[in-house]
Amino acid sequence: MIGFNYSLGLESYGRTLPPDWPGGFWWHWLVFTVIILAFVMTVLLGFVWFERRALGRMQARLGPNRVGPFGLLQPVADALKVLIKEDIVPSQADKIVHWLAPVVTLVPVLMIFAVVPFQDGALLVDLNIGLLYVVAVSAVPILGIFMAGWASNNKYTLIAAMRDVASVISYEIPVVLSLAGVVLIAGSLSLNQIVLTQNTPLILLQPLGFLIFFIGGLAEINRTPFDLLEADSELTAGFHTEYSGMKFALFYLAEYAEALALSALIATFFLSGWRGPFLPPWLWFLLKIVAMFFVIIWMRATLPRIRIDQLMALAWKFLFPLALLNIVVTAIEVLVWPEALPWGLIPVNIVVAGILVLFLSKKFTLGWGRIEV
Amino acid sequence: MKFEHYGIGIAKGLTVTLRHLFRHPVTVQYPDQRLHTSRRIRGNELVWNEEKCTGCATCAQVCHIGAINIVTSPSRATNTYTVEKYEVDTGYCIMCGLCVEACPFKALYMGYDYERAKYRSGDLVQTKEMMMTTPEKHISGYFYPELATRLPMQTLLLEKVKEEE
Amino acid sequence: MVIKTEPIILNIGPAHPSTHGVFRMRTTLDGEVIVEMEPIFGYLHRSIEKLAEERTYTGFIPLTDRLDYLAAMSNNLAYCLTVEKLAGIPVPERAEYIRVIIAELQRIASHLIAVGAFLQDCGAFMTPFLYMIREREKILDLFEMVSGQRLTYNYMRFGGLSQDIPDEFLPALRKFVDQMPSYIDEYDQLLAENEILLARTKGIGILSRETALNTSASGPVLRASGVEWDIRHADPYSIYPRFEFKIPTGMVGDCYDRYWIRIQEMRQSVRIIKQAMKQLPPGPVRSTVPWLIHPPVGEAYAHVEAPKGELGFYLVSDNSIAPYRCHIRGPSLINLTALRDMVVGWKIADAIVIFGSIDICMGEVDR
Repeated sequence: MIGFNYSLGLESYGRTLPPDWPGGFWWHWLVFTVIILAFVMTVLLGFVWFERRALGRMQARLGPNRVGPFGLLQPVADALKVLIKEDIVPSQADKIVHWLAPVVTLVPVLMIFAVVPFQDGALLVDLNIGLLYVVAVSAVPILGIFMAGWASNNKYTLIAAMRDVASVISYEIPVVLSLAGVVLIAGSLSLNQIVLTQNTPLILLQPLGFLIFFIGGLAEINRTPFDLLEADSELTAGFHTEYSGMKFALFYLAEYAEALALSALIATFFLSGWRGPFLPPWLWFLLKIVAMFFVIIWMRATLPRIRIDQLMALAWKFLFPLALLNIVVTAIEVLVWPEALPWGLIPVNIVVAGILVLFLSKKFTLGWGRIEV
Repeated sequence: MKFEHYGIGIAKGLTVTLRHLFRHPVTVQYPDQRLHTSRRIRGNELVWNEEKCTGCATCAQVCHIGAINIVTSPSRATNTYTVEKYEVDTGYCIMCGLCVEACPFKALYMGYDYERAKYRSGDLVQTKEMMMTTPEKHISGYFYPELATRLPMQTLLLEKVKEEE
Repeated sequence: MVIKTEPIILNIGPAHPSTHGVFRMRTTLDGEVIVEMEPIFGYLHRSIEKLAEERTYTGFIPLTDRLDYLAAMSNNLAYCLTVEKLAGIPVPERAEYIRVIIAELQRIASHLIAVGAFLQDCGAFMTPFLYMIREREKILDLFEMVSGQRLTYNYMRFGGLSQDIPDEFLPALRKFVDQMPSYIDEYDQLLAENEILLARTKGIGILSRETALNTSASGPVLRASGVEWDIRHADPYSIYPRFEFKIPTGMVGDCYDRYWIRIQEMRQSVRIIKQAMKQLPPGPVRSTVPWLIHPPVGEAYAHVEAPKGELGFYLVSDNSIAPYRCHIRGPSLINLTALRDMVVGWKIADAIVIFGSIDICMGEVDR
């Protein structure tokens, strides 16, 4: 196990060197950047394959099985194909923004992994405001998507971009509020610290928070049932209608990287991260990520798509009050019974979550959405 | 929008997809695995029996696409027609099988083979020699049920897919 | 302060994933809301009605397959019924039964595609569509067994069928009929109670009873609006009076009703097939009809309840070998005329769902 522990404020960031590393901080930085990039890219390729195979089997077909054993090399073949494709830029497009958009989308997603612990202390930088950093960075990809939608000079992409901005900004709020419950229980914003305090997985203590975070996360990464901005039956391909070649591949990668990031964050916040018996910690972490990603695929295979006004209503009328109530309940619990936290509160919390969800489901109504014109 | 079923409907749907994860996929990987087609398949070629054909040109009359081109010459000595030219442009042909049904002398059959893709449309024209019946050429049982019995039974998806229940 | 926004014009189609062919909706949008919609069709016009005048009566049968290519057998049946009415050709008993079995199988196959494509338009990523394609494949196998083709069957003839069903058909059909209800239950389980589907379809695109009657809509679209009009009951053709079946009707006339009615009709079709299989008599399947028929001077209109609605053929004969005039009343085109009333005021996503719920086939709209 890589045993260095430094949880620093930003002011002492460059000074303290991790004790175990000969070259000091910059070696650590280099090694972990390479590890993160390698990890993300390989896992992404695996995810592309895994999603297509799993979707195939759920849809009574096989999925890709031609390239390599079990079709494992299919993502590589796809990547090669995409690399040698012609890069088309619409003549009326805003060229620079059009070129920049995929980069702006992909890079922040990769930046999320800087604070995700793969093992105790094994992370690029153990920010003591890690959770805040995650929330901030994960909101940046919207900008790239909006740039893509705007710069393509296409009505479909513009509508998709508008939808995305509206939905993602709304969903930031319940997502952040649901994470507040995690912070209240863990008592820290550092992701490593959050994992260390999770003697019981927080999904048991925070079932409602998990539900809100999962739904909101799905909406933020635009997966089914919230894939409004790629809605192929409505907007052909949404914001990347006018993209081809490598730029399209970057969007594609960003989409899967977001899914990976969501899985990793859920594993960290709610499924006690790398902790688990018998197996090595990084394997536990990977297993939890894959399990979460499978749930996401499973949702995609089953559910239809929600409409934009319903999406907004779900955020503001359902998830937002739930998240607030969740904070209140958690705060009371932490304040009143700090000793009872591990086991006594699990059934209580699950029951409270069930009652709250049922109650708000009863209250939640929405018109059918026809507008007289 | 209401949550009428409190998410139970979603959960039910999820169980169906999960169940399919453990079912056998129904896909057939075509060039590797081949299913037997129907015994009556109207494959994209015509098979012509020269001995039986009298050159009456009913097939060409019946063909509403105009894909059959037949030229005959009468021979007074035997009081028959000799078929000089018999061509079917399978690029135009829509494989409706009406010519096979109309043939009064049972000289025309649909083919059983279906892999006749060509690189040029001109190659799709079947000449007299290409249409002759040969031992290796399979004749479909279309409109001739007695010919169908020689062909293998059709593979049905109905029987191929085994369900657990 | 009122913000004045410019409407934008968005062409949905003619090459769009969910316009089911080459249909074009010229929509004027205010944000996401559709303020005006103009349907534009004609991209697939092949002048089939005119082609009928240049062919013999028999030679037109293969072309009727190309009208609504998802329900080719129903087109065959409607055309053959019209010519039989025009020329007074009798049909043997066994042929009538087989025609009913085939037509009902075709209804199931067409509804499977309709429901699958509709659910895919709602955004369910391929899954219901592929499940339903799987069952349709079994029906296509049966059709291939009897007719030799999988899409353009050309199976019915004046006075019967082109050939009798093979021996292996009935056991396979029985197996299919036994399996099918459990599959329909599975579709119900998959999405019928799904909250998202309900939110997307209930109350969306309501076609009122009056509008439905005024646009002379037919088929599931009309029945979803609460009008109990099924030609199998209202103006029985073939031997439908001998069978017992229900006509499912909707209450509201929204997208969910149209979806629900298609599912229910599949169950009723299975019921009809079961009864027809029990009563199937032996005998010939084709009465002797000359290849070139010369119907007496006159005109005839016959209609059937095709999967998409009332499909009628109007033929005028001048005692020659070809019809003097052929007109086709395609249900898709006429159901589509109600689209504007249903779509205006809803959002883009709803427009796609409403369009999918009408279930059209562009081959029949443009002809």
